[in-house]
Amino acid sequence: MQQEIEIAELRKLTELIKEKYDYDFKNYAMSSFKRRIKRIVELYKFKTIDSLIEKLESTPSFFEEFVSEITVNVTEMFRDPSFWSVLKEQIIPNILLNHNKLNVWHAGCSSGEEVISMTIMLEEMGVLDRSNIIATDIDTAIIDRAKKGTVSLKNMELNASNYERFEGKYTIDKYFQEQNGKAVFDPNLIRQVSFRKHDLVKGVVFSKFDLILCRNVMIYFNQTLQNDVLYKLHESLFRYGYLAIGSKESLIWCDIANKFIVVNNEEKVYKKIKD
Amino acid sequence: MTRFKLSKKYKAIAIGGSAGSFQPITKILSVIPKDFPLPIFLCLHRLKHVRHGFVEALSIKSLKPIHEPFDKESIKREQVYLAPANYHLSIELGNTMSLSTERLINNSRPAIDITLESAAYAYRDKLIGILMSGANKDGALGMQKIKDRGGLTMVQDPEESMISTMPNSALSVTEIDHVLKTDEIIEFILELDKMLRSS
Repeated sequence: MQQEIEIAELRKLTELIKEKYDYDFKNYAMSSFKRRIKRIVELYKFKTIDSLIEKLESTPSFFEEFVSEITVNVTEMFRDPSFWSVLKEQIIPNILLNHNKLNVWHAGCSSGEEVISMTIMLEEMGVLDRSNIIATDIDTAIIDRAKKGTVSLKNMELNASNYERFEGKYTIDKYFQEQNGKAVFDPNLIRQVSFRKHDLVKGVVFSKFDLILCRNVMIYFNQTLQNDVLYKLHESLFRYGYLAIGSKESLIWCDIANKFIVVNNEEKVYKKIKD
Repeated sequence: MTRFKLSKKYKAIAIGGSAGSFQPITKILSVIPKDFPLPIFLCLHRLKHVRHGFVEALSIKSLKPIHEPFDKESIKREQVYLAPANYHLSIELGNTMSLSTERLINNSRPAIDITLESAAYAYRDKLIGILMSGANKDGALGMQKIKDRGGLTMVQDPEESMISTMPNSALSVTEIDHVLKTDEIIEFILELDKMLRSS
């Protein structure tokens, strides 16, 4: 398909999905959403957006695949090593100063690289067994992958160098074994993690946390949706709990920005100060 | 009479570059007046995991401040925006920018094609696209989109480019309005500046 995808076509598509599957992509950021749709159209060789719409209408099993393709699942372990250092040296110790338990939510966990990073860090800090970690994503297939704790070997060079810059205690090899071109991480690492399917857009608030990581997830939403999601994240935090977003994301445009203070501006860590 | 396709309709400039583009872009930035009215988007290939230093290096000679935008930041006149490390930069309808962590394109994040293509969509025929020296074909498709939407396309003269792959790739896929040396690009921008200010 060579021609430009029209906004009217995207609207028709999101409306069908909302009606039939109760997922709402209406407020996804336009240019990345359009690129994802274009990718699906090319991948499955649809001739028009209408034929994609027809397929979604007639084949519910295709919808799962569609969701997997819509979500951006590019991630890395210890992305922004300096962020992880701030967690290790400042945020986690601060939480554990006042609490026995550490409740963490990875909102939009994708293939789990960030979750493994978290468990490695907490294990090295000796506090993993005091932690409860919930990892959620909208995409069931990617959660299944995350549960397996496997990472493609070709990504391990980058992951290893991030870990090194984070100044982990060992080398990353300690935590995985090579199997069929994959790095298979020690299943014992995720003993405190439970994975579940959850959609930030439609999902309800289901628990309270001391720390939420929602990094480079809301960039795929427009400002209206970012605003709505921030309400949910806020409600999901204990007072004085922490929220981490991506290094080039910002909360300042959101209605309830004043219910947070900036703890680390460089690494975009916020603290909830008001209910 | 000018030899350039100047017009008052233009609303933004998007510049892409890779290997060998740092020097000419620094030179261009050292001449563009501080209050040149159009926003300028720079998408330059850079090390993915080095967040700091690039904006500072570009700023040394620039008359304008250079800023790496946050996701969903509004676009303002007179500003120069640089695609941040390890993010793609898109221009959205409604005068904002968005960032994304989608897969590498042409082995790059930020990818020039993404910035140019989204800008072409947002600005239609009111965009000027400039592609400088570089060692891969990133940006060629973006330039094609700009041309398709009626915008103005320009590449650094391959003869002058330290590495000509990038401008040549654009020349091979689409019609390029101006093939210019760095000094001529500067001349173009200064003439455009004069025109935009004239009543």
